[in-house]
Amino acid sequence: MTNTEIYDKLKAAFGEKIGEWHEQSGGEYMKRMSSYADITDTSYIRDVCLYLRDEAELEFDSLLLLSSVDNGDKTLSVTYHLESKSKKHFIALKVTVPIDNAIVPSITDVWSHANWQEREAWDMMGIKFLNHPDMRRILLDEDWVGHPLRKDYKHPEFYRGMKVPY
Amino acid sequence: MGLLNKQDNPFESSNIIITGADTLLNWARLSSLWMMGFGLACCAIEMMAASASHYDIGRFGVIPRPSPRQSDIMLISGTVTLKMATRTKLLYEQMPDPKYIISMGSCSNCGGPYWEHGYHVLKGVDRVIPVDVYVPGCPPRPEALLEGLIKVQEKVRKQSLAKTAV
Ligand code: SF4
Repeated sequence: MTNTEIYDKLKAAFGEKIGEWHEQSGGEYMKRMSSYADITDTSYIRDVCLYLRDEAELEFDSLLLLSSVDNGDKTLSVTYHLESKSKKHFIALKVTVPIDNAIVPSITDVWSHANWQEREAWDMMGIKFLNHPDMRRILLDEDWVGHPLRKDYKHPEFYRGMKVPY
Repeated sequence: MGLLNKQDNPFESSNIIITGADTLLNWARLSSLWMMGFGLACCAIEMMAASASHYDIGRFGVIPRPSPRQSDIMLISGTVTLKMATRTKLLYEQMPDPKYIISMGSCSNCGGPYWEHGYHVLKGVDRVIPVDVYVPGCPPRPEALLEGLIKVQEKVRKQSLAKTAV
């Protein structure tokens, strides 16, 4: 299936919850890997993922990548790149949340390898994943303050007595 | 051996070397600088190249040891993140005296490419442990690392049991 066909199928199943389709320009590969569908209702992301995984025709068995973006307008986004190894098709989904209430349902129980990627998104961007089994920082130490990839992040002066700026 | 074999008259044959205690000890120490076997980032690749047969750091008596308790020299080969800095300091404290530190590459000298935006990088390993020799480069070639090692050997050669090092 092409990813626009998958999008149409999603739209038929979830209606209003699925937002616009963003077609990327560029070559065929770019079009296939970088075009994405907005999920307007963030709380539905897990249901959408479950549907994509379990529907016989779609059979998305793998989460390629879970990444996060600070859009710079007080919103954060999480992008899900999904692949079906058996059916050989792709789709990307995106949810956007306000920066002061960045909570997204976890999809760890849909694809268990989302676990560490969600922890990374929490560590770097400060997006909390609801019902995640182990929502701790993954790269930085537990006592780190703030989420460094946010645009409004200020570098600390000292960390455990070590001077940080040059 | 000469002394033990000829206990009646040790000075009978010419099988004897007379030297200063400092010279002998320093010679022994500088020809067996065992190094702590660990690498921190891309510079570690050059360190491995220096240890491999092409550059053969082993001919200087450098043997990688898996434990700080058995090491004389620590090569800080790469980016010292703040998280790793606490560990590096611990490792340094576990090494027995006398101990020497080579800071290899721009990262551990001064933060390297991360000097401005690296919120997680210690801007120079000398902020947590004392450094004997700095090897510049990103990454330094194995020849440069060997040069740094020779500098440490020169330093050891000048040390004395009676006086403090120059
Ligand atoms: S100095 Fe350059 S090569 Fe060495 S660890 Fe830093 S970035 Fe990597």
